[in-house]
Amino acid sequence: MHALFSRLRYAGVGAAVLLSGCNMEVLTPKGDIGVHEKSLILIALGLMAIVAIPVIAMTLWFPWRYRSGNKKATYAPNWSHSTRIELVVWSIPAIIIVILATITWTSSHALDPYKPLESEAKPVTVQVVSLDWKWLFVYPEYGVASVNELALPVDRPVNFQITSDSVMNAFFIPQLGSQIYAMAGMETKLHLIAREPGSYEGLSSNFSGEGFSDMHFKAIATSEDGFKDWIAKAKATQVTLDGESYKALAQPSQKVPVSYYGQVTPGLFASVVNKHMGDMSHDAASHGEMPMDMHHHEDGDAVSSNITPAKAEK
Amino acid sequence: MFGKLTLEAIPYHEPIVMITLAAVILGGLATFALVTRFKLWGYLWNEWFTSVDHKKIGIMYVIVALVMLLRGFADAIMMRLQQAMAASDAAGYLPPHHFDQVFTAHGVIMIFFVAMPFITGLMNLVVPLQIGARDVAYPFLNSLSFWLFMSGVVLVMMSLFVGDFAATGWLAYPPLSGLQYSPTVGVDYYIWALQLSGLGTTLSGINFIVTIMKMRSPGMKLMQMPVFTWTALVTNILIVAAFPVLTVTLALLTADRYLDMHFFTNELGGNAMMYVNLIWIWGHPEVYILVLPCFGAYSEIVATFSKKPLFGYKSMVYATSCIGVLSFVVWLHHFFTMGSGANVNAFFGITTMIISVPTGAKLFNWLFTMFRGRVEYNVPMLWTVGFMVTFVIGGVTGVLLAVPGADFVLHNSVFLIAHFHNVIIGGVVFGVFAAINYWFPKAFGFRLNEFWGKASFWCWLVGFYMAFMPLYVLGLKGMTRRMNHYANPDWQPYLIVAALGAAVIAVGIFCTLVQFYVSIRDRKKLTDPSGDPWGGRTLEWSISSPAPFYNFATLPQVRELDQFWEDKQNGVAYVQPAKYEDIHMPRNTGVGVVMGAFGTVLGFALVWHIWWMAAAGLVGMVAAFIVRAYDRDIDYWVPAAEVEKIERSRHAQLKQFQTTQVAPVAAPSRQKVA
Repeated sequence: MHALFSRLRYAGVGAAVLLSGCNMEVLTPKGDIGVHEKSLILIALGLMAIVAIPVIAMTLWFPWRYRSGNKKATYAPNWSHSTRIELVVWSIPAIIIVILATITWTSSHALDPYKPLESEAKPVTVQVVSLDWKWLFVYPEYGVASVNELALPVDRPVNFQITSDSVMNAFFIPQLGSQIYAMAGMETKLHLIAREPGSYEGLSSNFSGEGFSDMHFKAIATSEDGFKDWIAKAKATQVTLDGESYKALAQPSQKVPVSYYGQVTPGLFASVVNKHMGDMSHDAASHGEMPMDMHHHEDGDAVSSNITPAKAEK
Repeated sequence: MFGKLTLEAIPYHEPIVMITLAAVILGGLATFALVTRFKLWGYLWNEWFTSVDHKKIGIMYVIVALVMLLRGFADAIMMRLQQAMAASDAAGYLPPHHFDQVFTAHGVIMIFFVAMPFITGLMNLVVPLQIGARDVAYPFLNSLSFWLFMSGVVLVMMSLFVGDFAATGWLAYPPLSGLQYSPTVGVDYYIWALQLSGLGTTLSGINFIVTIMKMRSPGMKLMQMPVFTWTALVTNILIVAAFPVLTVTLALLTADRYLDMHFFTNELGGNAMMYVNLIWIWGHPEVYILVLPCFGAYSEIVATFSKKPLFGYKSMVYATSCIGVLSFVVWLHHFFTMGSGANVNAFFGITTMIISVPTGAKLFNWLFTMFRGRVEYNVPMLWTVGFMVTFVIGGVTGVLLAVPGADFVLHNSVFLIAHFHNVIIGGVVFGVFAAINYWFPKAFGFRLNEFWGKASFWCWLVGFYMAFMPLYVLGLKGMTRRMNHYANPDWQPYLIVAALGAAVIAVGIFCTLVQFYVSIRDRKKLTDPSGDPWGGRTLEWSISSPAPFYNFATLPQVRELDQFWEDKQNGVAYVQPAKYEDIHMPRNTGVGVVMGAFGTVLGFALVWHIWWMAAAGLVGMVAAFIVRAYDRDIDYWVPAAEVEKIERSRHAQLKQFQTTQVAPVAAPSRQKVA
């Protein structure tokens, strides 16, 4: 079975190479999740090629072979049924789908963005807030934050906690793997790990309005020392991210340059998530509104609304 | 007095819009002048606008769809040009504010005002003829559906010149589409245009289900219905099940925007995920609503031009029904990246890939229809073969996207854009052009020119591959959709090729227009005296081209599938009855037009918060409906003598044609392939 898959992978690689000789970011991943997703893509393509290629060949061959001018070809003007053919054309795709469904089931669990990565190394937590139109990254363990630049130590899992203080966005670094939506009043989770140092494109992949096209950032994967240096550089910045400066940052702005905050008010991320929930926000309080029922509130940060499919922590 | 509407609403400062406006005004005035000059207003009103004849309503749907195709395609060209230019953070020529409206309008127009009317138009034209009926079950409702759809068209077109259109993407996800982030009237135009046309679509769906269930010719069992009618039945069931969901979803969004509620917006616990779920519970069946009738058309065409019955009719029907049911349990695959659990994602991924089994079976059935056939390469057949090859690629990428782990890196990329254009252009657009070329003679009495039809096909095919294969690659290079400009210069060459592809498609559309012009010019030469230009198998080919207004002088007796083909084989296809009878027909009515016009007023007034005008529009609609409800003069009888006169001349023409033709190929003896 394994050998079959690796052969399928090669078939998929062949197809991809045929498509283009150039560098395709999604197919040149730099982290574990991305590597798995790449091979999943290639296995799926290879499996489907088993049916797709013969069908395309037959689609070109049959109408040519049985063109009306070709009197040598057999003509069976009343033939319209064959149980044997029906059996084959229903069962072979069905078998392939059963195999693919099995792969889908296992890979959906293995690649679940919410699943923490297994690693000896201590994970880093990054809290991500999508704003109009920039990304805020808060490092709660280090008390620093940055805008439009993300630093990650290679070989250490990164636990992303993601929300939005505006419309929906999606947090995506194509070369590291999965993306996940950023939504106001909710926290989504993503777990990635980088395996090679480098500077990778990050972006929002969900349209969010006027400044969307410039809502990209650099994800810098670096060695442990490089990461420490980056944290130190951020710490040395004499700007604090508190309620006031956050409010200023959250104002809509475009093509925002990279900046750092040497200090961050604790609990900032949670307050951003909660402010859209209707119970903790000043707006709601001043209007005398009743708080929404928040029945999931397991830990300080994990907040899910009453209808969220963003599943609760196990 | 005029709510939010002021003269400022007209975008004077946007030259592209103003030039378009000037062109529309000039074109409109010229059309108006010509119609007046040739005194055609009466003709148009009496014969077309007020018509309840399903064939004429169908033709009007298709004409409007073609016009809107030009609008939607102009948007496409603008986008491709912008993205071909705006590399390395060059600004291009469209500012985001304009670009965002363009891609939203492109999606909305292509789905709601091009693909839907094409499909509805074809079903209108063909279904009653295929089941041997004289009209649909509710002819007035049919006219009303069309005019409600037209009021949606008018609102969308108005948004170009008065105010703006939504800049949210074609599904208008909140909170972006909420009042806070989209304060202008753009989203309101979107809402009311879709509500009006969506109401029309729902009414059509009910109409066609009843028509197919209750108005089949004597003897026609469900399993003897032509495949196109089967697909139409399933599609209309999907419409009736899915469109109310769209109506309710948009109504809730309306409540957010108009009544300060927070179903989907950020405040007070409102949750956008609910909207995303609801809109796709409508949205996924919608793509099957579009593609199933096209599958039906391909089935008719492939059998006709292979000179064989469709292979595996029963399995085709079951496959269609399977797809119809499954289309309701796959919606979540549009947002695997929302953070649902692995079980949920895997479930929806697997249900999605299960759909590829019946779809694959359909492809094989078309293949084995050609197998041991005598395939003729007329224009409809070229579109069909082009579709089959293209659709396989679209299907493969679709199943790939259905694997959640793969979707995590491909979602919302231009790979996704390439995929759905692959299935919608390759499946729906090709199908519609195949169907138009195939059924055109039945609507107008002459065939379409083959040369220009083939030219159009090849341009579309080549243009499609040029425009969308680069997008597959760009998706794998990490390019996301809806970008106004981008920093990565690597992407530009692909986007230039894509823009050239769009230009080739533009030539294809031009060829189609030339095809119509040349065919109308040469209509005498292309005339279809027999009513059966392709050697068809189903009932619509048994009557004259164009079909008489009553369709069938005597209702055909159906005993088997492809009854007309059997009758031809047995030499009893054109037997005149001993005696004709009076025919009961619905009378034309202008109430549909009036209700559509008041509907437009209502929609426009709601967009601009002109409450008195909204009240007037609503009262007008209701009053017109009440007037109609009390109208007792809604039908009439065509005397048998008149029917006989029309049929006599039809048979005289047929006889003359048959004597001038070489005798048709002798009926092939029945044989079985071992």
